[in-house]
Amino acid sequence: MTVENEPKWVDVAIARLLRGGVLLSTFIVAAGVVLTFVHHPSYVRSAVALRQLTEPEQAFPHTVRGVVGDARHARGQALITLGLLLLIATPVARVALSIGIFAVERDRLYTAITILVLTLLLLSFVVGAAG
Amino acid sequence: MTPLVFFAIVALISFGAGFLGSLLGLGGGMIVVPALTLLLHIDIRLAIGASIISVIATSSGAAAAYVRDHLANIRVAMFLEIGTTAGAITGAWIAGLLHPRWLFVLFGSILGYSALAMLRGKRRPQERHAQSPLAHQLRLGGSYFDDARGEEVAYEPTRPLFGLALMYVAGIVSGLLGIGSGALKVPAMDLAMELPIKVSTATSNFMIGVTAAASAGLYFARGQIDPFVTAPVALGVLAGAFAGSKTLGRISSRAVRTTFVVVLILVSVQMLVRGVWG
Repeated sequence: MTVENEPKWVDVAIARLLRGGVLLSTFIVAAGVVLTFVHHPSYVRSAVALRQLTEPEQAFPHTVRGVVGDARHARGQALITLGLLLLIATPVARVALSIGIFAVERDRLYTAITILVLTLLLLSFVVGAAG
Repeated sequence: MTPLVFFAIVALISFGAGFLGSLLGLGGGMIVVPALTLLLHIDIRLAIGASIISVIATSSGAAAAYVRDHLANIRVAMFLEIGTTAGAITGAWIAGLLHPRWLFVLFGSILGYSALAMLRGKRRPQERHAQSPLAHQLRLGGSYFDDARGEEVAYEPTRPLFGLALMYVAGIVSGLLGIGSGALKVPAMDLAMELPIKVSTATSNFMIGVTAAASAGLYFARGQIDPFVTAPVALGVLAGAFAGSKTLGRISSRAVRTTFVVVLILVSVQMLVRGVWG
């Protein structure tokens, strides 16, 4: 049985990207949580506020433009959402980075496989958004 | 209940979901969704939005360690992701043609069957399928150092095309139900491709983030990602998954397998109940 693990730098590059994305989004989400509680001290004591925060009809940002615009004014909820968007983008970035890594390794087969996966992934966004 | 108490409870439960999910290659949705809806009376749409973030957090939180320790096999993951992403497109395309109730019944039955098949336990060497020339060409084999056994474990998967086909089905289910479907990915790698159980769960964990990211953008646009509900889920799950990734190497394969089968049976029952009683 032949045993071939990836060259060390391939693992290190992918691991670093994943850890970087996770740490950055954790930091932004945590900062957003702190800001939310600082701006609304009643959230620590009042039970009424929870119902407003967790009902589906309330207004919270759900477009990228809205999130970025509000996050600049250090609104807690917008910062949280920005961090969550970074978290969502991390696995997609991992696939995109892998294309470059396999290309540098001159691994044509896996460069092609990874390009196919990224294409299908982007296509699924389009099909999902249309449907 | 004040928002602060809510935050603490959700973060604590999510820590457990992330820990268990990262060990078993599951997204933790089967813990997060019932906890939010039944225990904390959160709207089901927001609970599902939070659970898709839980899947991504479980995956990314543990993946860095799994890649470094060679528990997650990058080539196996990339190859099988062709199936999951193609399946996700099919799923999004045919969504609406099938009533979700039937899907839950179908999915629950498949999981129940997988659990029974995995219960039969480890195959003896002579029961393994023949080595696959395709797996060899794709260089899907690998090795990892098993801390629990104190030795390097080498492996070569069998039947890669069967595994790919099952991943396509798992992708359809993900696209239709908006879940990471690690519960289908692990049995596919364990039963069809005969990979070591720890490699199966760690590679599934590595893959489910990509599957879930495809759905997450959509949930965000539909306004199902409530920042206040999702923030404690994300932070708790990330911390739990990080702790889990430090644990998988050290526990025995038998313990991982047994826990997985027990959780699989519970998820299967959960799905069937949702399908039959709505």
